[in-house]
Amino acid sequence: MSKQIIVPFGPQHPVLPEPIHLDLVLEDETVVDVLPSIGYVHRGLEKLVEKREFTEYTFIAERICGICSFIHSLAYVQGVEQIMGIEVPERAHYLRTIWSEYSRLHSHLLWLGCFADGMGFENLFMNSWRIREHILDELEATTGGRVIQSACKVGGVRKDISGEQLDGMLVRLNDIKKDLHTITGVFLNDSSVKHRLKKVGMLSKQDAYDCGAVGPTGRGSGVAIDLRETGYAAYGKLNFKPAVANEGDCYARCNVRIQELFSSIDIIEQAAKKIPEGPVDVKITGAPNGEYFSRVEQPRGELVHYVKGNGKKNLVRSRVRTPTFTNIPPLVKMLSGCQLADVPIIVLSIDPCISCTER
Amino acid sequence: MTIEEQTIIPIPVSELVSHVEKMKKDGNRLVQIGCTGVEEGYEINYSFDKDYKFQNLRILIKQDTIVPSISSVYWGAFIYENEIHDLFGITVAGMNIDFKGTLYKTAVKYPFSIPTFKEDNPCQNK
Repeated sequence: MSKQIIVPFGPQHPVLPEPIHLDLVLEDETVVDVLPSIGYVHRGLEKLVEKREFTEYTFIAERICGICSFIHSLAYVQGVEQIMGIEVPERAHYLRTIWSEYSRLHSHLLWLGCFADGMGFENLFMNSWRIREHILDELEATTGGRVIQSACKVGGVRKDISGEQLDGMLVRLNDIKKDLHTITGVFLNDSSVKHRLKKVGMLSKQDAYDCGAVGPTGRGSGVAIDLRETGYAAYGKLNFKPAVANEGDCYARCNVRIQELFSSIDIIEQAAKKIPEGPVDVKITGAPNGEYFSRVEQPRGELVHYVKGNGKKNLVRSRVRTPTFTNIPPLVKMLSGCQLADVPIIVLSIDPCISCTER
Repeated sequence: MTIEEQTIIPIPVSELVSHVEKMKKDGNRLVQIGCTGVEEGYEINYSFDKDYKFQNLRILIKQDTIVPSISSVYWGAFIYENEIHDLFGITVAGMNIDFKGTLYKTAVKYPFSIPTFKEDNPCQNK
């Protein structure tokens, strides 16, 4: 047996925009064990639920993450609405679905850019982020915010999208789709990209399921779990199938996200055509008394917001289980046996969001 | 909107591991482990999912109760068990990866261990 050495990876590293630390146990260039470590920027936002009214906490929930902000607020308000038995207007459900899918597009394009950058493919990085700008423009035009939208509220949504705006969005999405075909073709077919991604960071279907892998990390290993299938918001009224790949390597996880870009556009197109007329919110009275585990599909996978109230304006508990947090054990499995040079790309392949994890 | 069916099954701490083993045998996925401070101490929810059927095993414990680890059944459970230890100060015995209190680097030790919520605490914006 070769001599073992420990190489620290992070918390500051070129591929990590946020801090996470891994102790990599190496034998020559092979990683034989990994010890992850987080908590460098833990904010304790869950604790703030005791100091903010349950309606105000929506804004805090949204600020857990700067990428999937809208979906955090959606998960939270859905939990409160379930406890209080609030019937949200149908139009609000469709609007929530549309903004959720724009968030997914923006998140996946951000990830594709970071992933290309991690491989040293700068041109691909710039093109991914160029397209992402168009998505952010749509979010800004419809909600007023590029990253923090503040569009969701308990009882519905704060903004509406006119029919004229929706028509314009569909036209622009068609152009975005053409651009996406160009860049995703490079991700899936370029020989140098394939060389970096295929058979790298392997995670078997059994390991993915046993370790609790969610989102594209799980679906890239053939675990076809996508919470949108439960039919929350307007997903139950739209046709959609989870994107799955079975190879369990970095390429498969990239492939799943690329498939999801196109399925998100398809979902938005369906929602824009089916959205009914009507109000976008209802007046709420009282305060939540009970508990609920609200589950939604974030770009990185299943997100759980547990909310518990006692009939007062302040909730007694908000517990957020983010997808990156549960994808850490699968990451440890992926890294065991890999080469040191592949560690950055494997870490990126789970799309780690540390701000979510350090909520 | 579809309303998801959610089950909560209260169990004693002594039966935790056997119930979790049954969950695993039935093909359930471990979704999360979460702790909440309650009047009697803490309640810990072990959430599972199979084909979008969501079930929770719930144990009620005191601060000094030693909770057995389920990481021998679900390997990835160590991340949640270390979190519960670091934020609530609850001892979890037999974790497969024990960070010994270093998973979270918080300024206050066990920040969620003492309930600071006061029922008459007015909202700050009022």
